[in-house]
Amino acid sequence: MRRHASLDFGPFLFLATLEGLVQAAVLTLTALGLSLVFGVMRVVNVAHGEFFMLGAVLAWWVSSLVAGSPALGFLLALVASPLVVGAIALASERLILRRLNYHPESTIVATIGLLYIIQQTTLILYGPDARSVEAPFYFRVEFPDFGYSGYKLVVIAASALLLLGTWFVMRRTRLGLVMRATQYDSETAQAFGIPVGRVYAQVFALGAMLAAVAAVLVVPIQQAHYLMGLDPLLLSFIVVIIGGLGSLGGTVLAAVLIGLSDGILSVFFSPTLAKIVSTLLVALVLVFRPEGLFGKRAR
Amino acid sequence: MTAARVVGLHVLVLALLFAAQFVVSDYDQLTLTRMMVLAVYAVGYNLLFGYAGLLSLGHALFFGAGLYGAGLAAYHFEAGVPLAFVAGLAASLLVSLLIGLIALRTRGVSFMIVTMMFAQAGFLALLYFSRWTGGDQGLPLPAAARSFTVAGLTIDLADAGTRYNVAVALLAVAIGIGLLVVMRPGGRVLVAIRENEERTRMLGYDVFAHKLKAFVISGGLSGAAGAAYGLMFAYIGATFASIQYSIEVLLFTLLGGAGTLLGPVLGTILMFYLIDKASEVTSAYLLVVGFVLVGLILWFPKGILGTVRDRWARWLP
Repeated sequence: MRRHASLDFGPFLFLATLEGLVQAAVLTLTALGLSLVFGVMRVVNVAHGEFFMLGAVLAWWVSSLVAGSPALGFLLALVASPLVVGAIALASERLILRRLNYHPESTIVATIGLLYIIQQTTLILYGPDARSVEAPFYFRVEFPDFGYSGYKLVVIAASALLLLGTWFVMRRTRLGLVMRATQYDSETAQAFGIPVGRVYAQVFALGAMLAAVAAVLVVPIQQAHYLMGLDPLLLSFIVVIIGGLGSLGGTVLAAVLIGLSDGILSVFFSPTLAKIVSTLLVALVLVFRPEGLFGKRAR
Repeated sequence: MTAARVVGLHVLVLALLFAAQFVVSDYDQLTLTRMMVLAVYAVGYNLLFGYAGLLSLGHALFFGAGLYGAGLAAYHFEAGVPLAFVAGLAASLLVSLLIGLIALRTRGVSFMIVTMMFAQAGFLALLYFSRWTGGDQGLPLPAAARSFTVAGLTIDLADAGTRYNVAVALLAVAIGIGLLVVMRPGGRVLVAIRENEERTRMLGYDVFAHKLKAFVISGGLSGAAGAAYGLMFAYIGATFASIQYSIEVLLFTLLGGAGTLLGPVLGTILMFYLIDKASEVTSAYLLVVGFVLVGLILWFPKGILGTVRDRWARWLP
């Protein structure tokens, strides 16, 4: 209890929960991208955090082009940044992952390489500084004991909306059906005329775009920096593993759980301690309950 | 015949490394010293990855355990060099036994991620207990912790020449251990596990025990390298236990050729040189790491010595 020593325990817990919810919202989107890619392609994308970072850096770049109106710049970034990141992901899928035939262990090594390529190229082009993007609007929501940033509440709402959108695409559209069929059994899907290669490319791009959207939402709160990708990557790993590899519902549940507990633990104790606990937990889950806490046993 | 040729080749390589100190510049001598200590780390890593086929993404944990085991003993308890080294070695053996018992229950992708997560937890713990470990800033080791006497002979690790020869000796021991592991029947079993685990089990081998043994030897060698690195260069820091050090050792091994005994040594020397040169040009020198990793996995998965073995020298261990 360092920052708000004046608050009582109740309001303080409420504040910590709000912070946790913001964390959870952004984390859910990022982890969902990783989970989608793993579920459908069986590829562990170690470069996922770098797509997040690219999303944030591009958001800064786009919004800096539009001088004068933060709201317009932000909206433009919200559209442009995920599109560019999706295109980069598509290119790397075609150039690298497909050539490896999606072999699980080779693709991990390759995406580690991709991580360094994206991260270090950003360092060259964007530099080592952390830069912030102005929030599209400012208003404070007054709670009885403290005021809270309205933008953060909008982040929570926007994430929930995007989540619903993803759910709709996966469950109610032809694209989603094709993806689920590929996930269930890619060979049979191929036999039924589904262009599995193209589905893989789309899934990989979509996964990266989810991370990029999350990053655009977060960049007015947290600054854009070329090393910012590692934390979301590790947290997404944790979420995807605890939620059950490839299970989207479990991923969402786990993201909310981890985001909340990480947010709350970080406020009350130390962020490092919170990370140690969740990292150890995830290693043990993977060993002793590989289907995840909420996942089903493998077929 | 083959055994004589194999031993001869390795002795020759070590003799060349020993002789190099009389021709290279002071700066290159220091670089070579670092390369050789890191090569010990890579030789250890390769025993697990190249021979047993277990790709760990968390070996920095064992390197770090050795580094901190030795460094903390020297820093907080004023242990001499031999005792500190033993403390580092013991710490890494213990940590690798513990992690091996847990992580070896998984395979493939899960094994990679479990090892990475444990290593990350270890790294974060070093940051969390920064009051004792120095965290990101690290700790400089006192000068007294670098000089020791063996059989009337004073060995001062602050002296560049002495340090170089200690590194050669350490690499010789590591290669010797590697040869012992690989050339004996146990080594064949490891390769059999890599090629087909189920069949090896069916033939009656205790697969888990063999894997655990390889894991602990690999972790111990990595820890020995870490302990030596800390004591030789008088500095320990959490960075050495970070994810980057797990990935670089994978890169060294892949470049030189996984599953060849000298591959990691060659890979370490080449890659260290490349990174060193790149860092003179740009602060984004890790770009090289990215391109080499992707290039290797796409076009050159067997690495240099792996390809040499396939084409010209089938007898290479």
